[in-house]
Amino acid sequence: MAHTHKSNWELIKNGMFSENTIFRMAISLCPSIAVTNSLKNGFFMGVSVIFVQTMVNLTVSLIRNFINPKIRIPIFMMVIAGYVSLIDMSMAAFARPVYKQIGLYIQLIVAFASIFARAEVFAVKNKIIPSVADGLGMGIGFFLAMIIISFFRELLGKGALWGFPIVSGNPLLIMILPAGGFFAVGLLMGFFNWLDAKLAERKAAQETTG
Amino acid sequence: MSTEAKTHQLVVSVSPHVRDEESIARIMWTVNIALLPAFIMAVYYFGPRAVYVTALCIATSVLSEYLFQRWLKKKTTISDGSAFLTGLLLGMNLPPGVPFYIPLVGSFVAIVITKTLFGGLGYNIFNPALIGRAFLLLTWPKLMTKWYEPTALFVGLDAKTTATPLGILKEEGLAKLVEHFGDKAGVYKSLFFGSTAGSLGETSAIALLIGAAILLYKRYITWHIPFSFLASVAVIAWIFGGKGGLFTGDPVIHLLSGGLMLGAFFMATDYVTCPTIRKGQIIFGIGCGAVTMLIRLKGGFPEGVMFAILLMNCFAPLIDRNVKPEQFGAVKKKEDKK
Repeated sequence: MAHTHKSNWELIKNGMFSENTIFRMAISLCPSIAVTNSLKNGFFMGVSVIFVQTMVNLTVSLIRNFINPKIRIPIFMMVIAGYVSLIDMSMAAFARPVYKQIGLYIQLIVAFASIFARAEVFAVKNKIIPSVADGLGMGIGFFLAMIIISFFRELLGKGALWGFPIVSGNPLLIMILPAGGFFAVGLLMGFFNWLDAKLAERKAAQETTG
Repeated sequence: MSTEAKTHQLVVSVSPHVRDEESIARIMWTVNIALLPAFIMAVYYFGPRAVYVTALCIATSVLSEYLFQRWLKKKTTISDGSAFLTGLLLGMNLPPGVPFYIPLVGSFVAIVITKTLFGGLGYNIFNPALIGRAFLLLTWPKLMTKWYEPTALFVGLDAKTTATPLGILKEEGLAKLVEHFGDKAGVYKSLFFGSTAGSLGETSAIALLIGAAILLYKRYITWHIPFSFLASVAVIAWIFGGKGGLFTGDPVIHLLSGGLMLGAFFMATDYVTCPTIRKGQIIFGIGCGAVTMLIRLKGGFPEGVMFAILLMNCFAPLIDRNVKPEQFGAVKKKEDKK
């Protein structure tokens, strides 16, 4: 891929919707199932990924002319690991209760396919501003996916949101178990595909009539 | 008649050229009928409650299949009896005292998520009724493991709760189970006729065997899966099931209790989710039996038939691919020799 011709706003939208990490690319699904059992966990995971993704894209784009292509993967790895350590330690210091639950997965951001992929296919080939826009878009896309999944899982599985009980009664316990994560991700992915097809249909109909 | 006219009578069509009376609908409705004895025994032991739970399951299954297919503008297939069968099987797998929303949610998951979303009958990876039950068991573990003593006039409030025979066997051992039913012959008798606590349709071995005999006689199922399933359960129970060392277990109790009969004859043999080649079916059955006994003897649940069948459902395509017979006349690929 050569230099991008998209505007920065288009790049952000691209990451949020048309190349959404979870619902479109179907990568980094492990955290989307493991940490989305409550809205709080999903939120912190999403924020961490926005930070890491943006900063990694910025840094890789900055040093892109000095990277020897043969050893680019270890270099990306070190850049990612640096930012992940930063967020890992900050969370351990300032958000202790959440860190206890999702700390392991914060450290696993090092191995996220989506972050590697953006560094490899975008940041290393583009200028700084578009790279930041791309990282921000991808991060926000991941964040939105985490929020949507964990919203439904906590609401259905515990009858609560952000830890506050909303509905009483017998919640669907399975939704906060790993099996429920697969149900939630699969059904939401199906819903977004369906929505996409509907919108494309409407657009096509408008173009033919208008 | 001229030769020209005669040539017009030649009908050209693609295969199959020989057709039979059998159809999906006919097979499905026959399976429904084969489950009738077990249903009658369920009503006999658990009273009107059995009818209520099963009817709710069937109604929700059929209705959700109808509505979903209407919504997707597909041909409705409710008359082929498969949704009815899913509902009936799910109902028979539920405890008698469940609140009304359990059959509703279970049937919805079974039909919509497990079957229709994967493309309808013939495309589902897992047995719909079992996914419905697995979903319910993980969602409401307490309600789904609240078993009742069989009481003919069951109304749900004054009935006595108890553990299933397998639950007693797991928690308190064989001696307690024998004590519960009087003597060992009493245990066998209760398990064989079904006067024990358990899911609605699974308790009575004899009723299920009558239904299985109908299916075997009509050749809708073959002996391969049920026999290898039951045999592997019996052998493993005999070798590892006893407290006093190897080869001291009691295979009869393990064969007759829990959902084994229902699972082996009616669920594991589901055409869509089991291997189609005979050799593969035997592997499938042995796998089901082994996983069942692993869960029963070592796992956290007292009963493992459901998870065993679901796990083996995943492997069905893989098994089929590996036991595929060689085509006659096909040339074998030569291995590279250097």
